[in-house]
Amino acid sequence: MVTKGAWWNDAGVRAVLYQIVVLGAILLLGWYLVSNTLANLAARNIATGFGFLGREAGFAIGESPLAYAPTDSYARAILVGLANTVIVALVGIAFATLIGLVIGIARLSSNWLVARLATVYVESARNVPVLLHLLFWYALITEALPGPRQALNPIANVFISNRGIKFPLPVWEAAHGWMAAALVVAVAATLVLARWARTRQAETGQPFPIIRVGLALILGLPLLAWLAGGAPTALDRPELKGFNFTGGHTVSPEFVALLLGLTLYTAAFIAEIVRSGILAVSRGQTEAALALGLSRGQVLRLVILPQALRVIIPPLTSQYLNLTKNSSLAVAIGYPDLVSVANTTINQTGQAIEGVALVMAVYLAVSLGIAAFMNWYDKKTALVSR
Amino acid sequence: MSAPIEQSPGEIAAHVEEPMRATLAAPRRGRGAAALLGWTRRNLFSSVPNTILTLVALALLVWFLPPLINWALVKATWTGGDPKLCREAGGACWALIETKHRFILFGLYPHDQHWRPLVAMAIFLSAIAASCDPRFWNWRLAGIWAVVLAVGGWLMWGGFLGLAYVENARWGGLPLTLILATLGIVLAFPLSILLALGRRSDLPAIRAVCVGYIEIVRGVPLVSVLFMASIMFPLFLPEGLTIDKLLRAQVGIILFTAAYLAEAVRGGLAAIPKGQYEAADAMGLGYWQKMGLVILPQALRLVIPPIVNQFISCFKDTSLVIIIGLYDLLTTAKTALTDPPWRPFYVESYVFAGLVYFGFCFFMSRYSQYLERRLNAGTRR
Repeated sequence: MVTKGAWWNDAGVRAVLYQIVVLGAILLLGWYLVSNTLANLAARNIATGFGFLGREAGFAIGESPLAYAPTDSYARAILVGLANTVIVALVGIAFATLIGLVIGIARLSSNWLVARLATVYVESARNVPVLLHLLFWYALITEALPGPRQALNPIANVFISNRGIKFPLPVWEAAHGWMAAALVVAVAATLVLARWARTRQAETGQPFPIIRVGLALILGLPLLAWLAGGAPTALDRPELKGFNFTGGHTVSPEFVALLLGLTLYTAAFIAEIVRSGILAVSRGQTEAALALGLSRGQVLRLVILPQALRVIIPPLTSQYLNLTKNSSLAVAIGYPDLVSVANTTINQTGQAIEGVALVMAVYLAVSLGIAAFMNWYDKKTALVSR
Repeated sequence: MSAPIEQSPGEIAAHVEEPMRATLAAPRRGRGAAALLGWTRRNLFSSVPNTILTLVALALLVWFLPPLINWALVKATWTGGDPKLCREAGGACWALIETKHRFILFGLYPHDQHWRPLVAMAIFLSAIAASCDPRFWNWRLAGIWAVVLAVGGWLMWGGFLGLAYVENARWGGLPLTLILATLGIVLAFPLSILLALGRRSDLPAIRAVCVGYIEIVRGVPLVSVLFMASIMFPLFLPEGLTIDKLLRAQVGIILFTAAYLAEAVRGGLAAIPKGQYEAADAMGLGYWQKMGLVILPQALRLVIPPIVNQFISCFKDTSLVIIIGLYDLLTTAKTALTDPPWRPFYVESYVFAGLVYFGFCFFMSRYSQYLERRLNAGTRR
């Protein structure tokens, strides 16, 4: 047998030692920073803790999907900021996906002119900082658009001015509630039907036109509910009174600028992802599927998309995350998102650590949630190699 | 087709444009007009939907391009330094750039000393260009960068050898953007290698620390990191010790970039076949020898394209320092507009800044594509 060396040459002992040293160093650094912070806070008479969240905020928020007044608490204000972040992120993701899909396909077009135009768009949009996009669109909207009295009026009842976009909304009635309920029922029914159709096709080979039936359900049921509810058509129209509009729904210039900037920037990246996803599926797959006798639609749905999506989805989710994180740039143009509201809160209360920690925790929760989803998706779609 | 192994930068551009030029040149090889017609029919009017697409695209161009050219070139005012002239001409006011370019490019740096950031920038860019050349990818590069940073620091700060001292609160414009981005990548690089190695380490405590750091930093927006650097960081330091805003932002950018770079490096480490690790172990190499001599030289080569891409996003992300009040290129472009008579000409100012950003980012993305092709040359086919 080999004679046992000194204990400090043992790999296992060394491993434990290294870890103790690293952890010890990190703990020491942490302790040093915390003790400094506590000393500084004590010197500046700042109380730690989240108690400030219950105090009255005292500042107004330009736009809010939730009921909010300056007399509400800081917690409420931050919740409003979070809601604004969620809204701009969701709308931005929807538009960016749509535009990115179209541009990505256009870049692969056999039409020379269309492919070139798409390339020019992608290169010019993604090689410029997203913040420049935001500042540019914000300046364009607030400086180049006319005031409310000379507002552009592209469609009846829709007004575009430097105060934002005004458009009519249906006056809320009971029928609209029934429509929403009908929509939920239709979606649920379609899901159940799709499941049944899949099982039946697997057992008997009989296909079922699930897409057409599902669409009919989802569009038809709410329409029926609307008709049954007496088909209310009353609209809350924006009207010019004095120097500004009253009535209707408003989309603020800040929101439009943020949405435009985030969407156009992210769409360029999504276009590249879509392009690489489509290119990743070899032509032989299409030809083989056609040779099997599948229709064009079936080839796309059953053969191309499942393979392309496996390449597309992971980078796509990271772009969605990027868009959500970039929405924090709203603070530069004054859209009251989470970071912007938290920033005001920090300035007013001096609770810098709590404020920044709150913002970071929220974004971290979203990111980790999406990362968990991604891991699940990766496992589900991983190629089983034998 | 496989890319040639050795190419000069000039050939890179030629190479990138090759497919496009081939399609453009094809008709000329045929019989003049007939061949051109053939090309047009093949690429623009091959079918009814294709024809409609072409017409729509043409309509878009006709609607969009003439007013744009009219505004940007025909009716534009190029010189004169008088906003009134611009308003009378009704086109683009490039005179704004003529008047304000010193401020936009150099920020608040003392006017008579502008040659210093200019020279520093030239040295910086030469060093970046040298780093792009694969012949320099070895330890010499670290030496080159040490010299460049020392000379650059002397030029920017001054204070000895005959140069007047300029405090870094007055730095601004393009040099500041370049400094933040370049130092961000250069200094984040060693940290990211340690993080990536830690994440793949067998030691659970070290792995946990690295995973925690990488995931937390990647999960939060850069804005919140910068806020932390600007408002929380002063609280971390002992009484009496202050670090200026620029350094704090720079540290924030380095720590942020390191987490993203670490993921790129980890991808490279994962791509090295297990046999390489085992062979290094069998040779009796210790951990650092194994990594330094066998694994990293191969892994880092693989991840150069993603590193360049990370450099592009870092370059664009430095614009966020506007939020904590540093005068980078975007901030100076915005601040130039606070001069009331020039206020209406925001498009010109932003377009100018945008073109500078575009120039850098576009060049780098083309470079990264070239690298990818070059690095794949050995494995393709």
